[in-house]
Amino acid sequence: MITLAKSKLKTFIGGIHPRDDGKVLTRSKQEASAPLPKTVYLFMSQHIGAPCKPIVKKGDIVKKGQLIGESQGFVSANVHASISGKVIDIVPWPHPVAGIKSPAVIIERVEEDSWIEGADVDSDTDRISPDEIKQRIQSAGIVGLGGATFPTHVKLTPPKDKSIDTVVMNGAECEPYLTCDYRLMLHKPHEIIQGLKLVMKCIGCKKAHIGIEANKEDVYTLFKNILSNEPHIKVDLMEVKYPQGAEHQLIKALLNREFKPTQLPLEVGAIVINVGTAFAIYEAVKFKRPLIQRMVTVTGNGVERPQNFLARLGTPIKQLLEEAKVTTDINKIIFGGPMMGITQGNIDTAVTIKGTGGILVLRDAQRWESHACIRCGRCIDSCPYGLNPSELSIQIEAKEFNLALENNVMECKECGCCSYICPAKRPIVHLIKFAKAEIAKQKAKI
Amino acid sequence: MSNQMQSNNALLVSASPHIRDIESIPRIMWAVVLSLIPAGIVGVFTFGYYCLYIVFLSSITAVITEVFILLLRKQPIVNAAKDGSAVVTGILLAYTLPPSVPWYVPVVGSFFAIAIVKHAFGGLGNNIWNPALAARAFLQVAYPAIINSDWRVLAYHGMKNLVHNIAKVDAEGKLVDAITRATPLAKEAGVETYRFSQLLIGNIPGCIGETSVIALLLGGAYLIYKRYINWYVPVYYIATVFIMVLILPPRIATPWANNPFYHIFAGGLFLGAFFMATDMVTTPLTKRGLVIFAVGTGVLTALIRFYSGYPEGVCYSILLMNTATPLIDRFTKPRLYGARIKKV
Repeated sequence: MITLAKSKLKTFIGGIHPRDDGKVLTRSKQEASAPLPKTVYLFMSQHIGAPCKPIVKKGDIVKKGQLIGESQGFVSANVHASISGKVIDIVPWPHPVAGIKSPAVIIERVEEDSWIEGADVDSDTDRISPDEIKQRIQSAGIVGLGGATFPTHVKLTPPKDKSIDTVVMNGAECEPYLTCDYRLMLHKPHEIIQGLKLVMKCIGCKKAHIGIEANKEDVYTLFKNILSNEPHIKVDLMEVKYPQGAEHQLIKALLNREFKPTQLPLEVGAIVINVGTAFAIYEAVKFKRPLIQRMVTVTGNGVERPQNFLARLGTPIKQLLEEAKVTTDINKIIFGGPMMGITQGNIDTAVTIKGTGGILVLRDAQRWESHACIRCGRCIDSCPYGLNPSELSIQIEAKEFNLALENNVMECKECGCCSYICPAKRPIVHLIKFAKAEIAKQKAKI
Repeated sequence: MSNQMQSNNALLVSASPHIRDIESIPRIMWAVVLSLIPAGIVGVFTFGYYCLYIVFLSSITAVITEVFILLLRKQPIVNAAKDGSAVVTGILLAYTLPPSVPWYVPVVGSFFAIAIVKHAFGGLGNNIWNPALAARAFLQVAYPAIINSDWRVLAYHGMKNLVHNIAKVDAEGKLVDAITRATPLAKEAGVETYRFSQLLIGNIPGCIGETSVIALLLGGAYLIYKRYINWYVPVYYIATVFIMVLILPPRIATPWANNPFYHIFAGGLFLGAFFMATDMVTTPLTKRGLVIFAVGTGVLTALIRFYSGYPEGVCYSILLMNTATPLIDRFTKPRLYGARIKKV
């Protein structure tokens, strides 16, 4: 498969690669549009930042693409109706990622599925101004679709004292099992590149660098061919290694620039966008289509027909799982991939949000019995951020949060390499999450 | 759990990650046991079946002690007893004992290794010293006569060949004496010079599992291939001993005393370097720390061999560096990503 020698592939230090990354389940399967859901549940908070304020009320008739949640403040992102229908309620609903109940607009579908006026119109993007690009991205409610859901227009507004020289596009898709980015890159390469160029234009950046993992060589060749006459956009193959698609590791591999875990890429003159986000940007700027759907990988051994679905936001996962022929003996549902995904406790209430790139369904999920650390040092070798997970986990077990703080526990990105690799099966990420919450509590008290 | 339609509360909710590597403590420990087998086979061929009995006795005592102490500590027994760590300690201890050792010595040693060195400090993962080596040091003090001298090789059908081989190079022709020497490195052993082929194969006097360089290399290579141990600890350790012997003035008036090859191939250096200095629990965490550990162990081994009254350089040097491990860890913390600090 890999024609380039491994040593020529770009990468970072640390990280892991699971022996079975599960991508084979879905990577060669044609994606499908999921049937339109009867009801959608649209959270007012599907992004990092302030929740939106609902601007519709119970009983309102809304059309597809209509603004229903207005962003509050700059770091926030609009929410639009993903189907045409009637608002039947606005209630707190169990949020699949936040773990608490959060206000959601519930819309019941009517037969016709047509865009609201003003949306879905072709426009000329050649002479569009950078401010207009940003404005359209902002009003379309676009967030980072790699999973972090950071509002994109904020990313495109770097502080005055920072200059951005390179836009890095993340086509790594390093998270095991997920193939939604791969399928998108395979079928919408021109649109993705247009989206990237719009970003470059928006921030006045001349260079771009696309990173693709070596297990997607077909996509690499595709992009290489399309960009053969454009030397300012580089495409590179990267080693298949998790977390290759994380900002720090991507920028290290492609640009060889390092910055602290708590810093943003703009510290080193780069911004990172995911291929899914680039596609959404293209749709928003070219066709004024708000973000109302995304590619979702439904996979795992708990479904008989794993597949990628183009699904409307707010779709109940039960519907997607039935589409993928879920088995009756599943015992774990994960939003996202197996490394950083968030487990769902209730199959009936969980719905997709902007950041849902995958639903992993397992039927044989294990509980691991953990043992005292045997000091093998594998976690240290695998930690891409240069932390000492072994020491951290021991200190947190002893509730020595101040020691953990001294050892940079707050710099941890919870990528999960340490827990994955640990032969003693220590729940290191679990402990670190716990410590972060405890430290936040202590701070709140003071 | 029933196979009927899943009710919601049966869904597992846990923190990420949701997949784990296949490697586990039992897999690592049983691989170490496997990798120790070649050295044991050579030991049995060289010194007789009694060695097998000693290894077996030592391991069984270790496992029984492990279960007993876990019961006392009210800890789950089944997994801990199956994880193989006690067996590793038992085998390693037996390998460091003379082949003619009385049966009660490995029993006492194994009990001490597991009960005191391992569990008194909190069990697997929390012990400061390598249990097998600390027990060996304990036995050295408890039974000095048995450990240091009074070696008697047991009758063995293939022994004639061995005697024959050694006889060739024995200047005084004292066949029996030649074999009953403690180790080629013992100070009083002035007469023997073994051919390097003998040192490599292991048909020389010595402890049960330490004599065959080839067998130990085979086991070590397997562990390095499986990534259960690092290559740099044994390499740095052995290389340091080699260099130290070159540098240090000879203290013993024998032809081989300052021959670095003799020093690394004879004695327990390969056993110690591949199986004891690589013990995860009692050595530093980071690569830098491990290199410091390995070099420190090498320096100490040579110093002890040259300037102390014991021939046990490997044993004490590793134990001393075990003691220094928390200190090494403190000064070799991993570098936080993106925070470039000046190299010290």
